[in-house]
Order: sequence, then structure tokens, then C-alpha cells
Amino acid sequence: MNENNIVIDVKDATVRFNMASQKINNLKEYIIKLARKELMFQEFLALQDVNFQVKAGESWGIVGTNGSGKSTLLKLICGILRPYKGSVSVSGSIAPLIELGAGFDGELTARENVLLNGTLMGYSEEFMRNNFEEIIEFAELWDFLDMPLKNYSSGMAARLGFAVATMVQPDILICDEVLSVGDYKFQEKCETRMKHMLDSGTTLLYVSHTIKSVRTLCSHVLWLEKGHVMMKGDAEKVCDAYMSQ
Amino acid sequence: MNKMSARLQGLYKYRALVKQLVLKDIKLKYRRSFLGYVWSVLNPLMVMVVMYLVFSHMFRFEVQNYPAYLIIGQTLFTFMTEATNQALFSITGNGPLLKKVYVPKYIFTLSKVTSSLVNLLFSLGAMVIVFIISKVQFSFYMLLVPVVLVEVYIFCLGLGLFLAQITVFFRDIQYIYSVLTTAWMYLTPLFYPMEQLPEAMQQAIMTFNPMYHYVTQFRTLVLEQSIPDIGTLVYGFVLAFVFLLLGTCSFLKNQDKFILYI
Repeated sequence: MNENNIVIDVKDATVRFNMASQKINNLKEYIIKLARKELMFQEFLALQDVNFQVKAGESWGIVGTNGSGKSTLLKLICGILRPYKGSVSVSGSIAPLIELGAGFDGELTARENVLLNGTLMGYSEEFMRNNFEEIIEFAELWDFLDMPLKNYSSGMAARLGFAVATMVQPDILICDEVLSVGDYKFQEKCETRMKHMLDSGTTLLYVSHTIKSVRTLCSHVLWLEKGHVMMKGDAEKVCDAYMSQ
Repeated sequence: MNKMSARLQGLYKYRALVKQLVLKDIKLKYRRSFLGYVWSVLNPLMVMVVMYLVFSHMFRFEVQNYPAYLIIGQTLFTFMTEATNQALFSITGNGPLLKKVYVPKYIFTLSKVTSSLVNLLFSLGAMVIVFIISKVQFSFYMLLVPVVLVEVYIFCLGLGLFLAQITVFFRDIQYIYSVLTTAWMYLTPLFYPMEQLPEAMQQAIMTFNPMYHYVTQFRTLVLEQSIPDIGTLVYGFVLAFVFLLLGTCSFLKNQDKFILYI
């Protein structure tokens, strides 16, 4: 751990996207645009100069309206996106729950998907085999192990995804509004597991539109609006401000 | 240098993923077909029979042991087109995934080229059957065939990485490339003997067509039972590594921009 135990350090981060309308992905268009000198980038800044530090063991909720850059920030921290300006440094292992079961293949069975998904997150095969039973136990899917995943309901697939992603205790857990598909009982089970992780020192970043669950899970909140940080700090204060705007 | 060793460590860490992706490709290819894996040997064999009939009855070439000559060229070239075509779509096809999980992106290209290599190994089974039927003399020189396969594999990996990254920015490449491979196929002596061509053209093919060298090396080992001359081996390896270097550099240079285009 580095000084003050800052595990996530986002400094002046700006993320730039090319607007979809300006996307050039064929050669003809490229040459025409090049000739007309229209190859300018119509830029869209999804995040602008965001400063954000998280210390080990803290739990941060991220709130904001649709399109305010919440998911972009999470992707930045996971390393999926690179900042256009500024820097992002993260220490420790990350369990990203940006979408549950992102690497699942519908044609493969649950058994095969667990292996594939685990290795996608960088675990070894042996490790996955050893933890296989625990995963299935948590997801409660013993009866459907050898069924291709395309026949699963979205809730069942989500359970499996959550079980794989939270199998080991990560240093940082990143959760992007993923629990809304599971049934009530499973949602509770997931929240319990997340709380348990928090108690034993995991840092949490949690995106949700359900302010109630943010209040229960998080100690701090970051409020984003159109790519800018509106407010950050104590959960209750920021939530109140966000709700009363 | 540090960056490079970090990348190699990354590759080592994700080796299980490469294995899983390759297994997935192979499993899914023949799932739900009655004959299953038998197809991976049967398929090249049947294509081979068709080509043999066409080229020994309709268009004749004077080549000794034509079936063996044909299947060697055919198999190697099919591997090359399959591997590079799969690699071409490896980034754009996995777009949704790359937006959600952090994985070194070249893993997908690497795994596609590798699963094509596994298919090639199955085709070698078909090849052995043809060798037995057409009474090819088995010799210890055949044990050197993996050397040729390594050359082709490295070459395809390099070319594949280059194609994968450029396709992200220009989707037109897929169409251009399919035309190119067709031309490339006719410019490689797969089903005709090299001597058929005018002198100047032979020279051009020898200089610019690496596939010619790989196919010829393979044929020399199996059909002539001798070691290919050192010149063609050097050419083959040097070109393979040049492509690998170019492919890797262009891929690494552009990979951070992928996410904005997929």
C-alpha cells in the first residue's frame, strides 16, 4: 500500500469520445474527409477534470442522471478506457461487475462458462476447478449445470456471473447497477456478500439509481453531472443534495 | 524493456484464458453435428478428393504424386486464410466484451490463430491418410515438418495482429482482404507446378510470396525426403519474424484507441 492508503487515485481525468455521427470506419469516407480537411474530431468529453481519491476500505457510491459519466468513470478505473488527459492509478486487485457475465457464451454450458469467465478475469484453471463447487452453491444452479447458457433466464445468468466475479475477495469491488435483474432473495444474498466483503476491508465503488441502497452500502458518495463532479463526500449529505435538486 | 517484460508476464498470467478460448472454438465448431470431431479430418479429405478429381481429369498438370502435392499446398494455404480471417474479426467481434472487462486485447487474436493451428493439426490426420493411399515414402525428414508449421504460425500471427487492428478503424479491410487472398491463392503454386509459369513470374513469386516458401519447404521434406535449402529457411523465418514485429508494433500502438471505434 502506498502512503495514506489511497488505492484509487484519479487526477484531472478527462475522457474524450468521438461522437458516433462522426465515426469513420471505411476507407472511402476517410479519404474524402481527408481531402476536404474535415477529419476533425467532433469531440465529446464524457468526463472533464475529474479528481477523485479513494482510500482503502472506503465504500463510494456514484450517483448522477443517465449519461453523466458514471459508467465511464468505472471503466476508466478498470483499465478498459484510458484517460485522454490526466492520470488514473489503481493499486490492488479489481473485481469488475460492469455487466454480469460479460464473457459468457450462450452455446457453452454453465460448467464451461464458469471456467471461461474465471480465466477471463485472470484466474488459473486449477483455481477455478477448486472453487467450482462454491460458485455453483452460491448461484444455486446445481440442476442446470450442463445446460447451454442460452437457455438460462437473464436472472440465472446474472447469478452465475455474480458468483464467479465475487468468488475471491478482491481489494476493490466495482459494481455498476447489476443486481437489478436477480430476484429479491438473490439481491439480498448479493448485498449480504458485499457487506461481508466491506467489513473485511474491500473497497467498494457502487453505481446505482436506488438511493436507498446507496445510503445503506456506502460511506461516501460522488455525484457526477454531465462529466463534472458536482459534489463529493459524506454519503448522507451528498444524497440529500442530490435528491433535493 | 520493462514494458515488454510486463507484457510477457501478462501473457503468462492469461495463458489459461488463451487455452479456454481455443477450447471453446474447437468445441463449438462441431457441437450438435452427428459426426463431431470426425469432421475435422473428414472435411479436408473430402475437399481434397474434389480437387483431385477436378485437377487430374479436367485440368491436367504433370506433377509426380499429385494428390500428396495438392493436399500439402491446400492444407497450408487453408490454414493461412482461416487464421488470418479469424484474426481479422477477433477485435471487432469481441467488441461487447472488450467494453466491459479488461483483458489484454491481443489475447483474442492470439487465440484465434491458435485455434486455426489446432484445426491444421487435425488436417494433418487427413494428410497422413492421403500419404498412405498415394504411397508416399515415410522418412525421418517428416519429423521436421513442425519447423515449417512454426514459421507459418508466426507469420500468420503477425499478419493477423496487423489485420485485426486495422479492421477496427477501417471495416473495408475485410472485403479488400478477401479479394487479396483469392489472388494470393492463384499466385501460390498449390495445384499447378511452379515450372508452368513464365520465368519472370517465378522470380516474383519467390521474392514476394512467403506462402510459396512454406509450401515448398513442406513438400521438400515430405515428397523429396530431403532438407530444404538454407536460403528458403532463412527467408521463411526472417519474414515471419518481420511480420510478427510489424503486427505487434502496429497493434500495441493503436490498441488504446480500439474502444472508441468498436
